[in-house]
Amino acid sequence: MTGRTKAENSCRIRVVLPFHLRTLARVENEAAVEVDDPPTLRSVLDALEARYPVLGGTIRDHVTQKRRPFLRFYACRSDLSNEPPDTRLPEAVASGKEPLLIIGAIAGG
Amino acid sequence: MSSVRLLVGTRKGAFILTSNGTRKKWRIDGPHFSGWEIYHLKGSPADPDRLYASQTSGWFGQIIQRSDDGGKTWEPPGGSQTPVSAGMPKAESNKFVYEGEVGEHLWYDGTKRPWEFKRVWHLEPSLNDPDTVFAGVEDAALFRSTDGGHTWRELPGLRSAKGHLWQPGAGGMGLHTILIDPDNPGRIFVAISAAGVFRTDDGGITWQPANRGLKSAYELPDPDSDVGHCVHRIAMHPSRPGVLFMQKHWDVNRSDDAGGSWYEISGNLPSDFGFPIEIHAHEPDTIYVVPIKSDSEHYPPGGRLRVYRSRTGGNEWEALSKGLPQRNCYVDVLRDGMAVDSLDPCGVYFGTTGGQVYASSNSGDDWTPIVRDLPPVLSVEAQTLAA
Repeated sequence: MTGRTKAENSCRIRVVLPFHLRTLARVENEAAVEVDDPPTLRSVLDALEARYPVLGGTIRDHVTQKRRPFLRFYACRSDLSNEPPDTRLPEAVASGKEPLLIIGAIAGG
Repeated sequence: MSSVRLLVGTRKGAFILTSNGTRKKWRIDGPHFSGWEIYHLKGSPADPDRLYASQTSGWFGQIIQRSDDGGKTWEPPGGSQTPVSAGMPKAESNKFVYEGEVGEHLWYDGTKRPWEFKRVWHLEPSLNDPDTVFAGVEDAALFRSTDGGHTWRELPGLRSAKGHLWQPGAGGMGLHTILIDPDNPGRIFVAISAAGVFRTDDGGITWQPANRGLKSAYELPDPDSDVGHCVHRIAMHPSRPGVLFMQKHWDVNRSDDAGGSWYEISGNLPSDFGFPIEIHAHEPDTIYVVPIKSDSEHYPPGGRLRVYRSRTGGNEWEALSKGLPQRNCYVDVLRDGMAVDSLDPCGVYFGTTGGQVYASSNSGDDWTPIVRDLPPVLSVEAQTLAA
């Protein structure tokens, strides 16, 4: 189940990972994490790394917490990659209607 | 009968090649970590089924992988999926954080630049404890794990050995060689690309440059500089740890006093540029190099792939070419791309940037390809396994 669980004041966020991170985390399709409402990029990534410890350091730097340069965060047709980490995620992501997309930037060529 | 296991790191994954002691037929298993750069894999001398691998990606950074069953299955130490109710554990096995004030080294333009972790170039398991393993990293530093790769701590004394003067070469400033003295547990040698050789005698607390005698007339303003030599690889025979051999950017060198001083042994090599250097398992004065035409042309002279062997500890070299391509061959052999087994006769192996892995089961006299079409080979390690 995804979306809000109001009794617990939390919501379940769908996360689409790039192929190599799905392999590392042993996730076949989407990942899902539960965070406090309202969800933010930071709270979702914190929960994702807690649920799948192998992802620690692969999406953002262990120490600086900065997004790795070749990854992008998309949701609802918007690029959230450069938003502050405490920005609230769109309502459609909070409700479970849309996933947060973590994308590997194209290499070009 | 004994068997041999080769651990092959490539640009697009790891491969494990196994054979019985005849070394005639090989089984090829892989790719493991498909699509990732595998700079290096190595097994523990104390427990050959304990393997460590460095898995890297420009997108996702560094991962450390570990196997406890000889490479059949792998797990990032501490990185397995945990239930939500377990709280907030963090995977630390890919966390490489420099100790204390991070400090600065020289950048290409001569300005100062803070140390920044990029990747693990080389993993060197302890000789007697499967849970202890060293990691040589870029930007150059030495890390150690004593819990099977779960967590890593830097040995920061190394960067105190004139680290402020180290400057990366075009390939990056990586710590690529770690040699542990089997007779003296406190003595470790490391080699760093474009910084040189360093030695500790107290288990890694304090370090000294060990580059006296090296000449780098075409690379450094002071050819005899204390640091800055572009050492490509060093090798030690376990029966004689005071003698070291070196393939430098240019020049093949030897030290008879544990790195106290070096002298050139390039002798009659057709080119003394190259990357790997290896030592025969049973003959400490028999050494192998793969000459490359020049620093600007990374392929064998004349398009003929030849390993050169010296049975005299240097200076006198013979070309080994039987079974190797002798025309139109323009591959390279990288610094970690050569290894020996400890069977008798000694097996010698190397991988190329063209994806071939060649084997000789008679000390280099004859060669045959085990596999021809892997991704570019970054590293080859050999394990000799009891039956």
